[in-house]
Amino acid sequence: MDTVPSQVVPGADPSARQLCFAWGPAEVLVCETLFGRAGGSRSRCLSQSPSPSRFWGEGRAGAAARALTGSVAGTGEGALSSSRVFVVRRDQDIYIQTLRKLFNESHGIFMGLQRSEEELAGKSRKAQLVQVSKNYRSVIRACMEDMHQAAVSTRDPALQGQYSTQVSILSAMELIWNLCEILFVEAAAAGPLLLRLLDWVRLHVCDVDSMVREVLSSESPSKHKLFWNVVDVFVLQGRMDEARHLLSKEASANPTSMNMYKILDDLMKKMPVPSLGNTQTLTELELKWQHWHEECQRYLQDGTFASNPHMESICKILLGDEDAILEKKELMTTWYHFLVTRLLYSHPTVKPLELRFYAQSSMDLFLGGESSPEPLDMILMAAFEFEMHQVIKECSIVLSNWWFVAHLTDLLDHCKLLQSHNLYFGSNMREFLLLEYASGLFSHHSLWQLGVDYFDYCPEYGRVYLELHIERIPLSTEQKALKVLRICEQRQMHEQVRSICKIMAMKALRNNRLGSALSWSIRAKDAAFATLISDRFLKDYCERGCFSDLDLIDNLGPSMLLSDRLTFLGKYREFHRLYGEKRFPEAARLLLTLMTAHIAPCSFWMTLLTDALPLLEQKEVIFSAEQTYELMRCLEDLTAGNPDKQKFQDDDVETTKVEMLRLALARNLARVIVKEGTVEGS
Amino acid sequence: AMEDVSAKFVSQKISRTRWRPLPAAALQPPDLFATGSWDNEDNRISIWSAGDLGNAGLNGEYHGEPHLLCDIQHNGDVMDMQFLDQERIVVASSTGTVTIFRHHQNNQTLSANHRWEKAHYHVDQDTSCGGAACTGVVCSNPEIVTVGEDGRINLFRADQKDAVRTIDNADSSTLHAVTFLRTTEILTVNSIGQLKIWDLRQQRNEPSQIFSLAGDRVPLHCVDRHPNQQHIVATGGQDGMLSIWDIRQGTMPVSLLNAHEAEMWEVHFHPSDPDHLFTCSEDGSLWHWDTSTNVSEKPSFLHQGGRSTAYLSHSTINQSVVSAWLSNDPTKDRMEITNLIPNQTLSVNSLDVLGPCLVYGTDAEAIYVNRQLFA
Repeated sequence: MDTVPSQVVPGADPSARQLCFAWGPAEVLVCETLFGRAGGSRSRCLSQSPSPSRFWGEGRAGAAARALTGSVAGTGEGALSSSRVFVVRRDQDIYIQTLRKLFNESHGIFMGLQRSEEELAGKSRKAQLVQVSKNYRSVIRACMEDMHQAAVSTRDPALQGQYSTQVSILSAMELIWNLCEILFVEAAAAGPLLLRLLDWVRLHVCDVDSMVREVLSSESPSKHKLFWNVVDVFVLQGRMDEARHLLSKEASANPTSMNMYKILDDLMKKMPVPSLGNTQTLTELELKWQHWHEECQRYLQDGTFASNPHMESICKILLGDEDAILEKKELMTTWYHFLVTRLLYSHPTVKPLELRFYAQSSMDLFLGGESSPEPLDMILMAAFEFEMHQVIKECSIVLSNWWFVAHLTDLLDHCKLLQSHNLYFGSNMREFLLLEYASGLFSHHSLWQLGVDYFDYCPEYGRVYLELHIERIPLSTEQKALKVLRICEQRQMHEQVRSICKIMAMKALRNNRLGSALSWSIRAKDAAFATLISDRFLKDYCERGCFSDLDLIDNLGPSMLLSDRLTFLGKYREFHRLYGEKRFPEAARLLLTLMTAHIAPCSFWMTLLTDALPLLEQKEVIFSAEQTYELMRCLEDLTAGNPDKQKFQDDDVETTKVEMLRLALARNLARVIVKEGTVEGS
Repeated sequence: AMEDVSAKFVSQKISRTRWRPLPAAALQPPDLFATGSWDNEDNRISIWSAGDLGNAGLNGEYHGEPHLLCDIQHNGDVMDMQFLDQERIVVASSTGTVTIFRHHQNNQTLSANHRWEKAHYHVDQDTSCGGAACTGVVCSNPEIVTVGEDGRINLFRADQKDAVRTIDNADSSTLHAVTFLRTTEILTVNSIGQLKIWDLRQQRNEPSQIFSLAGDRVPLHCVDRHPNQQHIVATGGQDGMLSIWDIRQGTMPVSLLNAHEAEMWEVHFHPSDPDHLFTCSEDGSLWHWDTSTNVSEKPSFLHQGGRSTAYLSHSTINQSVVSAWLSNDPTKDRMEITNLIPNQTLSVNSLDVLGPCLVYGTDAEAIYVNRQLFA
């Protein structure tokens, strides 16, 4: 508690009131308790009290109860400060509407990466990984464009500010990702490395783009006051063709200095650049570059450009003169642009591991002690230093989402760059970050479905997390329940399957939807619950004398075997159907079997025996002598063996029933003996 | 071909997509569709323009991509949705309410036109929380039939305040979908694998016929009837199986076709070319079932517009083609099956086909339009 807060909850004032916390899976509830600061000694009590857990427990429960009412009241204006509850989310970006596109689209890329075959070796695997990285970036860019569009089209200044902030966050994310792609995923070697870095700078330093557009679209660019600035921008970014094209316009307007232009143009044209293919070796390049450098040097020293300070400064830039480059600070805007320009004109064959020295000195020179580096600078610096873990750590702290670090780390892990780095809690960094991100998704009302797949690819704890989270998904409709159920079934999460089906079956039962209730318990193969529902059906029958939901009971099919009671229900209904169709002998046989085979619960025997009454009273004799004896035994078992014997004797109706049955059975026996005797005798 | 498919991420999970029906004499392909969302804190009904085909790039950046014309907030998950006519859409809500929305085309707005609060409910219609999800709606202007988790069937007329007819406890299990068989008869499917025919003229509150899956009573989630041969009915089940029924005979399906690996959420015969059938599923796939491949002279009515021209093909259609749906082993030589989404991961909740166009929506918060289905 005495550590410096890393996150401040606006509105919550720990100096005025005690705060308490309740931890959820993805958010923390913070609320102010009624204990004022005056009773602040209580917080010390907490650690000294002999039973702190009890104290804490009560305090928390009480506060939570207030917090609940508070949150309702708090929606109105001017709620008392003591009744406020603050929800602190671990991943606030999850709730930004426009970013849902990022989460959904990147989910597809993530899944593609997990499924991609690692059998591809060497180059093609690397190409595949680079493509994945590019796909992630293009999603970030698409999102950025949407957000930018939203910022432009809204009239609400607050909203506009929000969108603009998001645009700059997304843009920083893409900047970092792109650098990581060059250095880690593609791991560009000396030569191509510089070309990649140039692309990177060109793509991300867009502050000067509007100036370039303005000059190029003016009637006579060479007359524009910013003309030389634009030429410089092109040179600083190594865009030689564009710079030459502009210069040629200026040259045609100044025939007197034609020669000077021609020389500069020639130098720019001849500048050796690394090639992407294997057409030249680094040594060849260095040699050519040395020659070219010396040529530039000669022209500068013999004063060829002395009459034109613009051209002279360009020549100095070509020579990699740090002061000349630094003079154009405003046109570069960032230290990493300065770094890349510096590399281009002084160390075009820079090796990956040398980057750290140039990066550090470029930052120092550029910032010149005037300003201190910001978090973004530190992240990029860590990347140039190949400190991958530092990059991820810094990003985790600075960014308000887990999306970025989770996906980047996963990609780097697929590049096999993060092995051997196990965290103290048992899983590795990749898994830790994916778990955090997916937990955030699960805390969202709609995005929880995406989280499932992320958990699937966390071998250590993913399953446990999924089990804990999935149980918290509210099952508002059957359709949603089916979707959750499908997720659990596909992963053999038997306990969750049972619990979901039970919840749904209970719900259906409460709503008197016996059919639905039964189909849910059939789905979970929950015999106990099927028995419970069957009993409800039977109870209904006993009360009303007829079956409800015949459409269901008549069509139970093999599901009848799920529970004994269900089997009985189905068979008992079959008895009624046979009886209704006047198929008495079959009905009688079935009825008897229900008791003798102990399919019917004992509590139901009386009802069954009563059902036998009309059969015993038929004109025709239906029960054989043997069957009648069996019926009699059933009745005697029931009355004699029944521990509830007392009940029967106390109950007049029951007693009468038993007497009637005995009489009917005796009469039937008499009739059947006569009949069977007659048949045998004849 | 995949390159004809345009996608748009819409930041809401889509539960239903429906083409606006075309006017009777229309020759052009459909251009407008509606979507409904589910499982959002704030669910919406949206009207989209499918985007111009052929005019790509003319009006700038959004070539070919569907774009939003208007939307309106909807209370509860959108469970089902159907156009009543060119302007009105009937929407079934998880709250049990059925709403008719009107799309005003002159100023591109949507408004609630009529509402039956808690048309579906548990126990008591008047209590505050008793609504039961309305799972299916079908309309044949002006009649609207709805079914729900409460096992109730409602018959409404678009112009009448109260239900024309209600069958309480029509089914003891959940009714998942409904469609018209004939003008006065409807088909329903339920969560214990039954297909039932109801004759709305009869006052009896019981189905006139019950069909049932053999073996395990796998829940049925969707149903559609062959547009010309009304005795042919297709249903889709929880196990992803496609069942074809001939309601003239027997009580069991004529054929069971292994299809998806999880719930089949929708099944649709192509309205004007019923040799083609489309199904989508929780497993993230969308299948095109084609029984026309074996026919040398294949009549094509695909570009003649919508459901209104279906009648035209009836007289010319080859009898053997139609019965391909009813043959005992349709997979053998007559059916070609294509999965239109190879790498999808999340559920495809809904699809609709009209003319040469297909629209579908997913839990990955994207809508897709394919405008050259048969190219």
